[in-house]
Amino acid sequence: MGDPSEAPSRQYTNPRSFQGPDGRRSQESSQPQAAVPEEVPQMLLSQQRGSQGPPSGLPQTNLRWSQGASLPENENWQTSQIFQAAEAPMGHSEHPGFPLGFQTHAYMEDSRTLASEHTTNLMLQQLQQGQGSLFQQLEPTYHSPGASFLSQFDSSQREDQHFRPSTQHSPYPRDDPGSPRFSFSEQGFLYYSPEVPEPQPRDLAVQNAKAYLLQTSVGSDLSLYEHLVNLLTKILNQRPEDPLSILESLNRTTQWEWFHRKLDTLRDDPEMQPAYEMAEKQKALFIQGGGGDREQEMEEEMMETVVPNIMESAFHLEQASVGLSSDESFRIYLALKQLVQQQPVHTCRFWGKILGLRSSYLVAEVEFREGEEEEEEEEGEELLLEGAEALEPHGGEEEGEEDEEKVVDVVPKPQWKPPPVVPKEESRTGANKYLYFVCTEPGRQWTRLPHVTPAQIVCARKIRKFFTGHLDAPVISYPPFPGNEANYLRAQIARISAATHISPLGFYQFGEEEGDEEDEGGAGRDSFEENPDFEGIPVLELVDSLANWVHHTQHILPQGRCTWVNPLQKTEEEEEELREEEEKADQVLEEVEQEIGPPLLTPLSEDAEIMNMSPWTTRLSCSLCPQYSVAVVRSNLWPGAYAYASGKKFGNLYIGWGHKYSPDNFNPALPATVQQEYASGPEIMEMGDPTVEEEQALRAAQEQALAAAEKEEEDEEEEEDEDLED
Amino acid sequence: MDAESLLLSLELAAGSGLGLSPDRRAALLTSLQLVKRDYRYDRVLFWGRILGIVADYYIAQGLSEDQLAPRKTLYSLNCIEWSLLPPATEERATQMAMVKGRFMGDPSHEYEHTEFQKMTAEDDVVVQVKEETRLVSVIDQIDKAVAIIPRGALFKTPFGPVHVNRTFEGLPLSEARKLSSYFHFREPVGLKNKTLLEKADLDPSLDFLDSLEHDIPKGSWSIQMERGNSLVVLRSLLWPGFTFFHTPRTRNHGYIYVGTGEKNMDLPFML
Repeated sequence: MGDPSEAPSRQYTNPRSFQGPDGRRSQESSQPQAAVPEEVPQMLLSQQRGSQGPPSGLPQTNLRWSQGASLPENENWQTSQIFQAAEAPMGHSEHPGFPLGFQTHAYMEDSRTLASEHTTNLMLQQLQQGQGSLFQQLEPTYHSPGASFLSQFDSSQREDQHFRPSTQHSPYPRDDPGSPRFSFSEQGFLYYSPEVPEPQPRDLAVQNAKAYLLQTSVGSDLSLYEHLVNLLTKILNQRPEDPLSILESLNRTTQWEWFHRKLDTLRDDPEMQPAYEMAEKQKALFIQGGGGDREQEMEEEMMETVVPNIMESAFHLEQASVGLSSDESFRIYLALKQLVQQQPVHTCRFWGKILGLRSSYLVAEVEFREGEEEEEEEEGEELLLEGAEALEPHGGEEEGEEDEEKVVDVVPKPQWKPPPVVPKEESRTGANKYLYFVCTEPGRQWTRLPHVTPAQIVCARKIRKFFTGHLDAPVISYPPFPGNEANYLRAQIARISAATHISPLGFYQFGEEEGDEEDEGGAGRDSFEENPDFEGIPVLELVDSLANWVHHTQHILPQGRCTWVNPLQKTEEEEEELREEEEKADQVLEEVEQEIGPPLLTPLSEDAEIMNMSPWTTRLSCSLCPQYSVAVVRSNLWPGAYAYASGKKFGNLYIGWGHKYSPDNFNPALPATVQQEYASGPEIMEMGDPTVEEEQALRAAQEQALAAAEKEEEDEEEEEDEDLED
Repeated sequence: MDAESLLLSLELAAGSGLGLSPDRRAALLTSLQLVKRDYRYDRVLFWGRILGIVADYYIAQGLSEDQLAPRKTLYSLNCIEWSLLPPATEERATQMAMVKGRFMGDPSHEYEHTEFQKMTAEDDVVVQVKEETRLVSVIDQIDKAVAIIPRGALFKTPFGPVHVNRTFEGLPLSEARKLSSYFHFREPVGLKNKTLLEKADLDPSLDFLDSLEHDIPKGSWSIQMERGNSLVVLRSLLWPGFTFFHTPRTRNHGYIYVGTGEKNMDLPFML
């Protein structure tokens, strides 16, 4: 190391101007060891002074300087030291510490006479001016004296005038802040140690310390040294307020930043990928269809659009503390607009949101234009028929095989016939009046739900399952649900719609043409139209009485349909085929009664109660401003179903899990009773197994018979023998 | 949800469909400030809303400096005047088990149920339970069962008290979908049962609470991403109406309960 040889020479040349023993040199050299604590301003003060030349702010003389050095000499020395500090190659271990330490030492000598105001003003100035430059010099590399150098700032012992002799056991500075950093005897005794051998153990110690700090940590390539460098750089660059109190957070942030460098401007953050994809899809919603004149498009758009004013109903529902947030509502609006563009839609409404386990469903209630019949339905039916047909011949084959094997034994055919399937309602009638589209998030594709069959509704009433969020997930339940989650979802939507879609009394009225009640089997009218003369019911009245609200969807009968159909009435073809059997069956089975439900447009006051509790709860949305409030009706039977009305407007919404409220715990359906056994006939006759006594009696009788038979044989043999003998 | 970030939290939790109307929001913002001042709480949480037949209860909770200390619960019917509820005790919890059905909305409403006395030959005793008591125990049950925070939001000091972690930067997206990144916001119950191997990996200042992984029944939490994959929402299936939201990589998190206050006992059938 060439530097140490140079530097000491430089250091030691200058103090020759001082009178005094060589002790000073040792003292100078011992400064880093002693780790002179010094306030930043003081040191900078001296540096500043040094850089400015003879400072104006050093009034005192080195009166107490034991060696009696003159002030200008001291100053010059200090100056030169500072310049050396500035110019000296930073690779040197002692240099920055030493002269500054010496200066601080010198300054400490004078500090008793230093008035506090002397420093406060200058301190602030130099903090701003000098500190930055000083530290910038020191930034590139830090080494242990640097660390110890900086550690001098954290506890200042300005008042402490005692210099501690550097008789230490280790060359490292002691760093408990409580102890006096350096003590100086009153007489100014300076510890003296020979100059030449001393640097070496210190050098070695310094290098050891640095090597230790440069060790890379176990989990990463980062060493404590580099980390501290980064941390301090960060602090100095950012200059936060009160850095000590947020030291831990700065530490953690620095660590984090080391591993998450934002250098890559070309690559996207892989973690955020799904978020970006969704954002892209939703961005597509916001872009209007391109091409064409802008003006023309605006005019077209200003015309009546099928998409309802979602924002308005969202506003009303928000008054009622219900609904999704406003930006989500707007996205739903855009998604509905997209749906309307893709499908031939006549009327459209946002039905609500059904929550699921892994994702939720946004449901849109839609009516197609006249004549736009769905083709998917027919495909579905064909598939079902094919499935049914495939089963029958299979059963026939089995019987055929058995016939071949055992001609005599024919497996008796089961006489159980599945209950007749209740036919599905036609589209646009009853439960299938509207078509429903679902999507999981606005921006994704809308999927159409199939029509609901009565069997599905009947089964859905018996089970209680959460929706998973995937339409093709199976619904595993008992009784087994005939369909997958899409069918179950559709069935629940049908039930909810039938039970909770309400409107203020008078909004809808029956059409003028009324069908004969007799022809429809007493099902009542099933069509209504808007009342053009509806004037709105005052909100207070809507809240007070439930009779002001009516259902405008048909009630679903226990059969699963809205209009009753006698399942035993078969079509003529089937009757001819199964005439004989059917006649018997009809006579045996009970007569099916016609099911009647409440007619359309019945008021809510007629709804059945749940456990002495009204099935509906009405509220005024805001009691503080009743003039502008909205009447809100909440269903207790289907938690999550809401209806609001204000003036001439009303709306329904459902947001919830899609289950009915039941005060009692859910009881799963019991398995069916064991089927009756085969009818006894000449071919099949059951006999009970003989009991133990009977068996024993039989065996005793057999043994007796056997014994008797043997005896007879013996008798015969004896007779024969006798005969022979004779 | 924190009363300080009430508006943002309500927006984020709105995915479940139930929130607050503007007038209630305004009332809450002002009244919760006053509650914080009057009761000298360190943090005030808006806990949620319990729907009753006649009226709804709005519930708030106040926390002291130690986040795990027992919380004070307040209720209000109009979001302006708040009343302190008594702390929950075990006896009240056992009494509550007999009461079923919806909340009425009237704090002085009394539920009656008959208790069968085996020993005495007298008539069955009719026990009356006030709705306020029921409210207390339901809130306590919900808190113990489903109140959650993300991992890292609280940290424990060596002396014991638990503080809010000011340097919590949010869960990373890879962790946000796992149940193990969320802890129950209550005194830990199952930590002692962990094996030494498991405990060795834990950070004692952050992992001092039960995680959601071992909740019974399994699958009683539904984790979803909403708002285009930028928001994690956890909904409890055991107490339907409880929603927890968190924006990954940010400090926003909170929970709210808006529901009827009834446990979903049919959960095992529904999964």
